[in-house]
Amino acid sequence: MKLAGYRPLYPGTQPEHLHPPYVSSLKRSPAKPQVRIPFTLSEVTGPSFRPEIVNPKACDLTKQHSGEPLGERIIVSGRVLDENARPVANTIVEIWQANAAGRYRHDVDQHNAPLDPNFTGCGHAITNERGEYRFVTIHPGQYPWRNHYNAWRPAHIHFSLFGPSFATRLVTQMYFPGDPLLPFDPIFNCTADEKARNRLISVFDWETTIPEQALGYRFDLILRGREATPMEE
Amino acid sequence: MSLQATTSQTVGPFFSIGLHWLNQNDLAAAGVSGERVTIQGRIRDGDGNGVPDAYLEIWQANAHGKYAHPEDTQKKILEPGFSGYGRVPTDREGMFRFTTIKPGPVPGPGDEDQAPHLLVSVFMRGLLRRLTTRIYFPDDPRNAADYILSLVEPERRATLIARRTSQTGVLEWNVVLHGGDETVFFDLGL
Repeated sequence: MKLAGYRPLYPGTQPEHLHPPYVSSLKRSPAKPQVRIPFTLSEVTGPSFRPEIVNPKACDLTKQHSGEPLGERIIVSGRVLDENARPVANTIVEIWQANAAGRYRHDVDQHNAPLDPNFTGCGHAITNERGEYRFVTIHPGQYPWRNHYNAWRPAHIHFSLFGPSFATRLVTQMYFPGDPLLPFDPIFNCTADEKARNRLISVFDWETTIPEQALGYRFDLILRGREATPMEE
Repeated sequence: MSLQATTSQTVGPFFSIGLHWLNQNDLAAAGVSGERVTIQGRIRDGDGNGVPDAYLEIWQANAHGKYAHPEDTQKKILEPGFSGYGRVPTDREGMFRFTTIKPGPVPGPGDEDQAPHLLVSVFMRGLLRRLTTRIYFPDDPRNAADYILSLVEPERRATLIARRTSQTGVLEWNVVLHGGDETVFFDLGL
């Protein structure tokens, strides 16, 4: 069986597992080198989901309760492409985030900021034929964490995508332009390549901004692309 | 045109609010063919403590050795009740448990069949990108000739092979993130 593998990642554009400024990585990152393996049928295939499982209302995080959530309404939209600039259609995009006060609806989050009864902070969508997705949500708040003294996370939205195969799985975070906490955040700064980490910052976008309603932010996601020529396995 | 893949970031501690809707710890519906197995274990950090805020994702072929994916063009039977996908969070002690069927062999390099295996992605707070590994099955004679296992130092291969337990049909497989008996993780990029 002839298989096209996936292109090697551009050096420095992905984090190392161990990033000492991010304290949680010390005890949870492997100490031994990972074993390089060739792509086989197992890695170039991957889970797919019936579009019917997607709740069409799950892309509007401001309409999940009887009332309106507090905070600044925003539109977060973009395209999912591969490294060859081809749209990734019919792939599930999952997001989760803090509310406007910087608090997650999660038992472990004990930050002394109010929960919002009208905001759960999670959603999902499926990309269309052009690889596009769109969410309506609330601008998440910044919040403190205990990584180091006076540590605060910049505002962010978590993204999780499958793409077409096991090899393309991506979990990342989207940030906001002009956030003064970005230079100090060890998670944002875990990647050596400055241009690569700056691509995690969404772009304010007039085109998707709705007058009298919500500001638009664009965030495109790039999944790994295939090698051009199938290798003889 | 050439773009660069988006930088990975950690799932953080609160992923369950966004990801639980696709949890799947029972991969094989009634009627799906194959030998049922329950795989359970624990994820431990470098201090030996269980990791309560982690999850595994599973990807596997069906009992005929066929993936439910368009790139698997083998003339083998697809079973509509089996997608091959699982997503399993750990509990407060770092324990996980899921039930599936033992997959059939799938082709590997050189068109030699690979030994039956599950692919596993590991996500948690503290991991800036996922870890990927495999689960092989105990006492399977095909393990000895498996191309991927042969790339692993012999003394570390056992970390990839589930162990029988005193319960029939229940296997144990653990993830050790860091330290002496560290699980073998594979380099696929992300």
